[in-house]
Amino acid sequence: MDFRDSPAEADFRRRFRVWIAENNPGLPSSSTDDEYWARQAEWHTALYDAGFFGLSWPVRFGGHDLPSVFDVILDEELAAAGAPPRPSLGYLVQGITTHASEAVQQRFLPGLISGRERWCQGFSEPDAGSDLASLRTTATRDGDDYVIDGHKIWTSYSDVADWCFLLARTDPSVPKHKGLSAFAVPMKQPGIEQFPLRMINGITKEFGQVAFDGARVRASNMIGEPGDGWRIAMTIVSHEREPGEVGYVARYAKTVKDLEATVRADPAAFRSDQREAVAWAYVQAEMLRLHVRRRLSERLDGPDHGPGGSIDKLLMTWTEQSVGAAALGLAGSRAVIDADDVALKIYLYGRAQSVMGGTSQIQKNIIATRILGLPVA
Amino acid sequence: MDTRYTPEQEELRHTARRLARELGPHGVADLDDEKRKGRVAEAVRDAGWLELRHDAGDGAPLASGVEAAIIADALGEAVADVSFAGPVLAADLARRAGAAPIDEAVVAFASDLAGAAVVSGPTTESPAYAVDCPAKGAVAAYVLVPEGDDYRLAHVRVEAAADGSSADLTRAVRALPAGASVLPVADQTRLLTPADVDAFATLGLALTSADLVGLMRGVLDLSVGYAQERRQYGVQIGSFQAVQHLLAEARCLMEGAASAALYPAWAVDCLAPDEARTAGCVAKAYAARAARTVCETAVQVYGGMGNTWECIVHVYLRRALLSAQWFGDDGAQLQQLQRTRLGATHGLS
Repeated sequence: MDFRDSPAEADFRRRFRVWIAENNPGLPSSSTDDEYWARQAEWHTALYDAGFFGLSWPVRFGGHDLPSVFDVILDEELAAAGAPPRPSLGYLVQGITTHASEAVQQRFLPGLISGRERWCQGFSEPDAGSDLASLRTTATRDGDDYVIDGHKIWTSYSDVADWCFLLARTDPSVPKHKGLSAFAVPMKQPGIEQFPLRMINGITKEFGQVAFDGARVRASNMIGEPGDGWRIAMTIVSHEREPGEVGYVARYAKTVKDLEATVRADPAAFRSDQREAVAWAYVQAEMLRLHVRRRLSERLDGPDHGPGGSIDKLLMTWTEQSVGAAALGLAGSRAVIDADDVALKIYLYGRAQSVMGGTSQIQKNIIATRILGLPVA
Repeated sequence: MDTRYTPEQEELRHTARRLARELGPHGVADLDDEKRKGRVAEAVRDAGWLELRHDAGDGAPLASGVEAAIIADALGEAVADVSFAGPVLAADLARRAGAAPIDEAVVAFASDLAGAAVVSGPTTESPAYAVDCPAKGAVAAYVLVPEGDDYRLAHVRVEAAADGSSADLTRAVRALPAGASVLPVADQTRLLTPADVDAFATLGLALTSADLVGLMRGVLDLSVGYAQERRQYGVQIGSFQAVQHLLAEARCLMEGAASAALYPAWAVDCLAPDEARTAGCVAKAYAARAARTVCETAVQVYGGMGNTWECIVHVYLRRALLSAQWFGDDGAQLQQLQRTRLGATHGLS
């Protein structure tokens, strides 16, 4: 056990620290401002072009083949610099590298990783949320194509996406989990209509609904085999639940750092319960940082697509919501007088964490039955 | 960066868990079995675990905080009623003062149990307590005597108490006699600096956090087993989501605490004392809160049985209460973090 950087890790940390000092985009937090979403692509490509993104992914697709623990260093240094977190798309990379053919990997991974091709994820539907396998969007074979009809929701960044990692029903005659397939669907085509959603904190650029009405996708764009959709979706969501994969630790650490600086500037201006909430947010953010170090160290033994991500997801959710509560508490009346208050936005945005990527209740079902071995009700 | 245990540490963990399971109490009645208690104490001594923090000859300890935490965790998991952290911490303090540890010595703590007792006069005045004493006989309890900004190590003899029972049924807390003589530690070669005291506190925070992690794992295993066995409405109670969700949350709390607790156990020997102590504060704040919730969950899952003396879950809860308090509970750690990170000073509103 050694928490210290190896010489190679220390060198990477130094190089990144120098780069970020010059290249911090100075973006507002993703949870508070549309400007972040408007400039996310720019941030992604800048990070990638400088050699600091896709660290653990294969070199032949634009990654660096480094151990996953390098992402810990990246997250820590991003937070220390007050820079935005790394773009969260590792779970799509995991899904494609685990399940797609070599040809599909070669076609799509370089653009996904470099940020030159933007992606969204089309899983949830208005009537298929927690019960994802009941989704009704269909993909019907028509010559060399599939024709897509249906409606997706909670489709983050759909309005700027070039591609959608779409889950659709290709065989309605088999049980619901077995009739699904996954596709890389081009988003810039007739037959796709976008309906942006405004989140509870006012953000408009993150969430969307997408209607597919006779949209087309080549059969060769299928990811995996027909009927593999559920298995692929489960690989993706298990990683979408991991803070080590999505890099949110940097966002929490940055917010806590800001809250601490606010208190330090005038400690006597705050009540002890306000200060204690900030101290507790620090404890949670540190716990999560160390938990990610542990989980990514475990990956040195090889990747794991198991249910452990559900534990990570709950720890991440509790952290985000503790940080949000501390921010709101510290802001006091300011957060209710001014609808644009950043603390209010951070707090409100945090409510989504216990829903997105599978609700906390679904995570607890998974932990109970698949990790603790309790009987399925 | 690799936070996995080394193969040697894995082996130690395996050995410690097996020993603790075999010799630890399997039911509340076992706590009165003096022969078994003797066997577990002997096994811990024979394994050399009480000497982990003795001087290796160059001032460094024989083993790192990680090894000590691995054993603390294993003993907590089995609520093993054996003195371990107490003597290990005492040896660590003696080593830092350049003294040979007094056999079976422990450390005396101020009445809040948060830090080593500080005594200025020739005899003890304020109440102080020796924590995690060996079960039998008189012991030496180390106290700190201020000297400038530093401390001289001294000790007080503490007799075996006739009825010295504490909340924790597995470890002894003995009150120091009032007006007892403060005896010198003749062979000490160095004064203890504030940095030494920070490092000692870090080890205490690491070992109590590790104990809490072990307790959580142990009591959660029992509770999950019970939920799989106990039937109501014709089905296992573990098939109800209400019960499943309590246990799932408890598992997450245990994992979070485990991740946080590794760091101070490593940091105590590798980072600057103030930085290491902050790591200890974080781990303890999280583990103390988590363990309280997890043990309370266990009592709840066991229902009426969980509220009886015969059911072993209260042994876990009680031990968690002492481990939380020892070196400061979550509230104390959050106050410390407010001082070190937020610039709050004592007495601020």
